[in-house]
Amino acid sequence: MRRLMRQLLAGPYIVWIIGFILLPVAVILYYAFTSDTGGFTLENIAAIADPVHVKSIVLSLKLGFSCTLVCLLLAYPLAMILSSFKFRHQSFVVFLFILPMWMNFMLRILSWRLLLSNNGLINTFLERAGIGHVKMLNTPASVVFGMVYDFLPFMILPIYNSMARIKDDIIEAAKDLGASHLTILVKIIVPLTLSGIISGIIMVFVPTLTSFVISDLLGGGKVLLIGNVIEQEFMQGTNWNLGSGLSVVLMIFVIASMALMNIFDKDGGAAVW
Amino acid sequence: MVKKTVSRCYLTVIFLFLYLPILVLIVLSFNDSKSRVLWGGFTLKWYFSCFRDETIMSALTMTLKITVASAVLSTLIGTLAAIGISAMKKNHRAVMLGATNIPLLNADIVTGISLMLLFVRFTNLGFVTVLIAHITFNIPYVILNVLPKINQANRYTYEAALDLGASPLYAFYKITWPEIKSGVFSGFLMAVTMSLDDFSITFFTKGAGVNTLSTMLYTELRKGIRPELYALSTLLFLLAFSLLLVMNYQSDRELRHHPTVIRRSK
Repeated sequence: MRRLMRQLLAGPYIVWIIGFILLPVAVILYYAFTSDTGGFTLENIAAIADPVHVKSIVLSLKLGFSCTLVCLLLAYPLAMILSSFKFRHQSFVVFLFILPMWMNFMLRILSWRLLLSNNGLINTFLERAGIGHVKMLNTPASVVFGMVYDFLPFMILPIYNSMARIKDDIIEAAKDLGASHLTILVKIIVPLTLSGIISGIIMVFVPTLTSFVISDLLGGGKVLLIGNVIEQEFMQGTNWNLGSGLSVVLMIFVIASMALMNIFDKDGGAAVW
Repeated sequence: MVKKTVSRCYLTVIFLFLYLPILVLIVLSFNDSKSRVLWGGFTLKWYFSCFRDETIMSALTMTLKITVASAVLSTLIGTLAAIGISAMKKNHRAVMLGATNIPLLNADIVTGISLMLLFVRFTNLGFVTVLIAHITFNIPYVILNVLPKINQANRYTYEAALDLGASPLYAFYKITWPEIKSGVFSGFLMAVTMSLDDFSITFFTKGAGVNTLSTMLYTELRKGIRPELYALSTLLFLLAFSLLLVMNYQSDRELRHHPTVIRRSK
């Protein structure tokens, strides 16, 4: 009886789940599988094979991979250094490296637009140094740059957390048994931080794959990711069915990439969180 | 020794990469010139005009309203839900947690669009739809913060209090609340940061007249950059800094050296 009463407390949330979590998914699936006249169709899903859409999916995957790779390469050594150094205020130093994540991300994009623009600080500096003008804003590279800046802390944090949990004794034991630095890294540190690496990859790859704002503001409308195509179908075009179809495909891509990552994570404990 | 120097250099480079853009914004906010590269003397005029700016101020008020309302409501619904879920049988609990994961795993753009498709069938987009959307993506964070606390708590003390004649409300206040308080608090703070930072979901569920800081900045950035925005950035950076200091202090007392990991997608 008491147990039942307690369960009833979840009532409002159950209503919420049905109304605002499950129903919206049902609605987007409905739009995705119907034409504007209401009949069943697979056209909206098949539209992903359209060369324009293929191009944007490929570009999204390419930028997503490069961004994730750069973040991983930058974050892994950083996490190692952060956890190996015995700072007096270690948690404060870690805090400093994740603080930018808490600033509104639109403002972080603003600052990069400022730095990269044609008459911005970096170009002024390059001109004074005699290197000359470099066009940086509105290129795919500037989009990757902005993404790396935005998502780097998401890679640092999970890797650092799993790194900090490795006991010094294990490393000491390996050293005593004659392991080289490389062996220790490959045989001990990397396997023990694998779940952190995987969380980091998911936390960076999924947002980069689905982002549309960064490419819009740093790519100047010239870099069309799949997110931009979907956004335009809803905000500029009127083909909501097509937009829903592409969203469902995007959803499948996200779920597939997570499932793929979970296969690599043998612990099964990779909290996405 | 060499290794140590290399390490410190690396830390410094990444540190500069992360903070240089923010530093530039802060310096420019005090610059008495519209130029992005020339220093025209110290001024506070951008701060004054920022506070007098209709667009910025209404977006700020709207952001605060939505953030506070959605954080309070999602903390309430989420905490009750966590208590309820903890009393459920194993397979019911799995279903509930599975549904809770949907907004966490789905891309923001898909969550935003699917909510919009639902809303436009029944009502006009506006303040209420943005609020509902924010509550929807905030609740999972509250539940995931509160649930572990309830599972850690000793469930028999609460039962014992009831057996000894305490009313359920009194027993909750005296027994359960002290044990889950910190989880509720960190869930609330996380909901606040999620709401403050959200762009995509707000973008799709807002009506024409409603603008939060993120959507206002998006529109402004597409037009060009006004110096008032530098001032706004500086203020918001300081706000984020102090908010995180509080959170860090809070989690430091519980769990040393393990800052909270959260997932956010853009």
